[in-house]
Amino acid sequence: MGVVLLLATVLLSSCSNMVVLDSKGPIGSEEAFLIKIAFILMLIVVLPVFVMVIWFSVRYRASNKKATYKPNWAHSHKIELVVWLVPIAIVAALSYLTWVKTHELDPYKPIASDVKPVRVEVISTDWNWLFIYPDYNIAVVNHLVFPANTPVNFRLTSASVMTSFFIPQLGSQIYVMAGMRTKLHLQADHEGTYLGQNIEYSGTGYATMHFDAVATSKEEFEDWVEKAKQSPDVLNMATYEKFAQPNTDYPVTTYSSVAPKLFDHVMMQFMGWMGGTDHAMKMTDDMDDTHHMNGMQDSTQMQEEHGQMIMQSDSGHVHTKTMEDK
Amino acid sequence: MNNVSQNAVHTADAEHPNHAEIRTFGFWIYLMSDLVLFSVLFATYAVIGFNSAGGPTGKDLFDIPYLFVETMFLLLSSVAFGFTMIAMHNNKKQRVIIGLIVTALLGLGFIGMEIHEFVSMIGEGAGPDRSGFLSAFFTLVGTHGAHVTFGLIWIATMIGQIAKSGITEGISSRMMRLSLFWHFLDIVWIGVFSFVYLLHVV
Amino acid sequence: MFGKLTLSDIPYNDPIIMGAVVSSTFLALIIIGLITYFKKWPYLWHEWLTSVDHKRIGVMYIILALVMMLRGFADAIMMRGQQAMAAGPDPGYLTPHHYDQIFGSHGTIMIIFVAMPFVIGLMNLVIPHQIGARDVAFPVLNSVSFWLTVAGAGLIMISLGVGEFTNTGWFGIAPLFEKTYNPGVGVDYWMWAFQIAGVGSLLSGVNFLVTIVKMRAPGMTWMKMPLFTWTTLTTNVLMILSFPVITGALFLLTLDRYLGMHFFTNGMGGNMMMWNNLFWMWGHPEVYIVVLPSFGIFSEVVATFSRKKLFGYVSLVWATAAIMILSFTVWLHHFFTMGNDTNVNIFFGIATMAIAIPTGVKVYDWLFTMYRGRITFSTPMYWVLGFLTLFVIGGMTGVLMAIPPADFVVHNSLFLIAHFHNMLIPGALFGYFAGFAYWFPKVFGFRLDEKWGKRAFWGWAVGFFVAFMPLYVLGFMGMPRRMAHYDNMAWQPWLIVAAVGALIVGAGILSQLIQIYISIRDRKKNVDLTGDSWENGRTLEWMSSSPPPVYNFAVIPKVDELDEWWAMKENGTAYQRPAEYHDIHMPKNVARGPIIGGLVLAFGFAMVWYIWWLAIAAMIGIIATVIIGSSHDDEEYVIPAAEVKRIEDERFEQLAAAMEEKKNN
Repeated sequence: MGVVLLLATVLLSSCSNMVVLDSKGPIGSEEAFLIKIAFILMLIVVLPVFVMVIWFSVRYRASNKKATYKPNWAHSHKIELVVWLVPIAIVAALSYLTWVKTHELDPYKPIASDVKPVRVEVISTDWNWLFIYPDYNIAVVNHLVFPANTPVNFRLTSASVMTSFFIPQLGSQIYVMAGMRTKLHLQADHEGTYLGQNIEYSGTGYATMHFDAVATSKEEFEDWVEKAKQSPDVLNMATYEKFAQPNTDYPVTTYSSVAPKLFDHVMMQFMGWMGGTDHAMKMTDDMDDTHHMNGMQDSTQMQEEHGQMIMQSDSGHVHTKTMEDK
Repeated sequence: MNNVSQNAVHTADAEHPNHAEIRTFGFWIYLMSDLVLFSVLFATYAVIGFNSAGGPTGKDLFDIPYLFVETMFLLLSSVAFGFTMIAMHNNKKQRVIIGLIVTALLGLGFIGMEIHEFVSMIGEGAGPDRSGFLSAFFTLVGTHGAHVTFGLIWIATMIGQIAKSGITEGISSRMMRLSLFWHFLDIVWIGVFSFVYLLHVV
Repeated sequence: MFGKLTLSDIPYNDPIIMGAVVSSTFLALIIIGLITYFKKWPYLWHEWLTSVDHKRIGVMYIILALVMMLRGFADAIMMRGQQAMAAGPDPGYLTPHHYDQIFGSHGTIMIIFVAMPFVIGLMNLVIPHQIGARDVAFPVLNSVSFWLTVAGAGLIMISLGVGEFTNTGWFGIAPLFEKTYNPGVGVDYWMWAFQIAGVGSLLSGVNFLVTIVKMRAPGMTWMKMPLFTWTTLTTNVLMILSFPVITGALFLLTLDRYLGMHFFTNGMGGNMMMWNNLFWMWGHPEVYIVVLPSFGIFSEVVATFSRKKLFGYVSLVWATAAIMILSFTVWLHHFFTMGNDTNVNIFFGIATMAIAIPTGVKVYDWLFTMYRGRITFSTPMYWVLGFLTLFVIGGMTGVLMAIPPADFVVHNSLFLIAHFHNMLIPGALFGYFAGFAYWFPKVFGFRLDEKWGKRAFWGWAVGFFVAFMPLYVLGFMGMPRRMAHYDNMAWQPWLIVAAVGALIVGAGILSQLIQIYISIRDRKKNVDLTGDSWENGRTLEWMSSSPPPVYNFAVIPKVDELDEWWAMKENGTAYQRPAEYHDIHMPKNVARGPIIGGLVLAFGFAMVWYIWWLAIAAMIGIIATVIIGSSHDDEEYVIPAAEVKRIEDERFEQLAAAMEEKKNN
């Protein structure tokens, strides 16, 4: 069985369709590397099991009267020590790796680069994806275009149920939730078209909720933006509402302009209902800081940096009202 | 639970395990799991207890003096139950029944006040469907109230059983468990009172 | 009168559903007809349905588990079939809405109505016996627990033909399962079936914990408890501490859906991630609830068939305890991708990996039990070897997924599906099958057929490998779970292989059914006269006859050794008659279990369809049954010493004949 597994592993790693292990971006490559290294480390514990199952089964079968038989032998300090310490050592090594890599590959952490990142706001609906480019005031449905070798900073929210945004060949996925804002940072090192999809079941139209993620050259991207700006379609509240109705396979549509603060509006639809809570603060901070949903934060600092007004109500609870951004 | 006492129990009466003791232990375990259930509701309240969704908050709604009286009803009913158990150990059937009736009346007072509080809150438009905070509030307090109500039914059943067959071994073992249950509800209520009410008002 | 229920809720225009409904109804009618024809109803009612004998309740639990396994497997085959077909232009044979219900019912059934009843059934069969007790602590409660599980299973079966089942998977997806997004009855069926069975499991946990703590034979100290008793004890602790969490969470969802509250809703102060936290605070310990007893079974089986003392007993006990505690500290690894703080993810990741340490120790302790043994390869041992080989693959992928950044690319993909099936099929199910084959002769007095048992094993082991290894590959190919259809044609060949694997598992299941039939037919051939069915039994359950008398032990044994029965055989104190017999008190059979089960089923159905009068009536009925039942002080009957002597004399005659026969061979 062990041989089969090993053979299978070798076979599979050569398989070009294994997009997760054949990543085209720095985040995904690191993650694929992590999977491979952890796999090899664990073989130290696992391979002996395959060997021993076969060896002991053959050697100590009842019909083999030559083999030692010690019915009361049930304890050995040496063996016990090894079987406890080896797994502990491996888990310790993996824990160290986890510590380093989890910090390094934090989806909220911007990718270090000399190139100015492209910002994309992602809204998931039942059952389509909307990508807004706030820096260009354009948007596109079910089709993501971005330049290769450039960090892409996503911030994501849902107009309906929970989804998960995932481009397997570029790396990390992240949940997309209504009334909350999550973040993701990815980059493609190679131009090409990669499959992007929702990977959290979200209802009847879930299986159709995928899109092409196209990494282009810098020039091609600029051309695409220019072309998008010429599009006859505009994304105002009316066209947004129409788009956001539950439907599947909404055609790829490019919008030459986007209603101001559409992303925040979608998020506030659900969040505005919350009384004063730290949720509200956690979700509205600007996309470039690195703090997390569960993270600690300094509200005073936030107030200054992000133009949010935090009022101390007389009941002692913090109420947040988002003001005009910048 | 150490090994020595464990063995002693068995060797003393290996053929006939002590039913009363087993039942009491089982009931303790049940109470522990009930405590976990309450912990879930407390945790929920901690997470969404301030999500008032623009609606009324605890400060707008909670009337502490009223709740103090309500709390007193429950605590006094526990005291009454304590006296009932003393009467039971002295084998005073009449006193046990009277004690149980007093306990039940005080418990009823508590439940009555709670229902009144709920009804007036709903009347003010602060029902459980108003916000996450009110959902968590009604659920936690209501679950405790449902437990008390169940305890009242139990007390009524015990009054009936004692009136019919006196204080038998089975009945005194059931009374023991009822007593555990009743005091347990007290402890949970102290948590509710401080964590749900006081914390939101102070 | 009937709430929301109308005739149009019966999906009579869907040939697949109707086919399933008609065939299962037909099967049920045949069984009912046969029972009526042979006038077996009184026997069934008095001897089985109202029984409080732990052995019979155990048998009924396992029958329930096996029947539900067939239903769950039918769902699995349908899913594999759909995914093998539904690529590119081919929509497959199921609509998305139908497919989405199938993965929910498959998961719910396999965990709640196969794994749980199988585990609790085996506990029932073995635990009182193994600790030298005559019954569980609360025999009536045991019957009630069983019937609650049946009521939950009944509700799920009804959902097949009346209405629909949930489309939000077995673990529920917030806020998709809220009324806003899911107004139908599917989620309600899931919620109530889950809730009812969960309460049953919680009560079982209390029952067995008290049994093990309070009713062990004299001399059986903690460190002389057999491993299966240990793992059951830890499982019970997990049940008691974790099941109230799911009871609470489902209760909150009920309030959301029925009274418009806002616990897990989008907006209005609800918090959808709270559902994920609460669910997995139960859900992860639940994994160990179903796996730990299997670890106990593997320990018993490997020692018995290696004819050797279990290696590293103390290590195994501590490893079990460590797993029990750690299982409460890892739930967040089910949603690393939620955008948690990095350090939170790291904590839960490392805690998850830490579980691999005691688990790895266990695997090696079992291997070293085989070392220097005399191994007989009977069916139970096959399951152990299959488990050891396949389980470590799952362990490996589990540790991979515990590393948050690695999880970011395989979470929610078919890799995850492959991983947890890799834990639950070899880890849990193979253990149940091993236990089933191992203790079957104890309960029925004859062994299962070896030839068909081994065929069943190969069907399962090979089928598992062929069905799930492709899913690991598909995970690396980026395929999400729960796809009713996909456009990526590169996935299809692997999905076809997986479907073939499912068919091979089907052949394994078929072999199991044939095995049971053949074993009953040839029961004379495999009869067990000594009670020590595998000749090398080590623990107390092998001391009594097979099948055992209702009281298990005429005289409660006194325990001096870890493997008491093995030691007695070594010392020559086995099979000795006691000096005298005493009267034995046993609990009377009561009808409360099936009555409460029936009322709870009515209650659940009424709640699903908003039939309020029925719900209220059923609730009053349940409370009344409990109150009336609690008023009975004396629910025991006495087996006189003379009757015990008669039964035991018969047993010793049989034993003498068996010994004689053995000598002649």
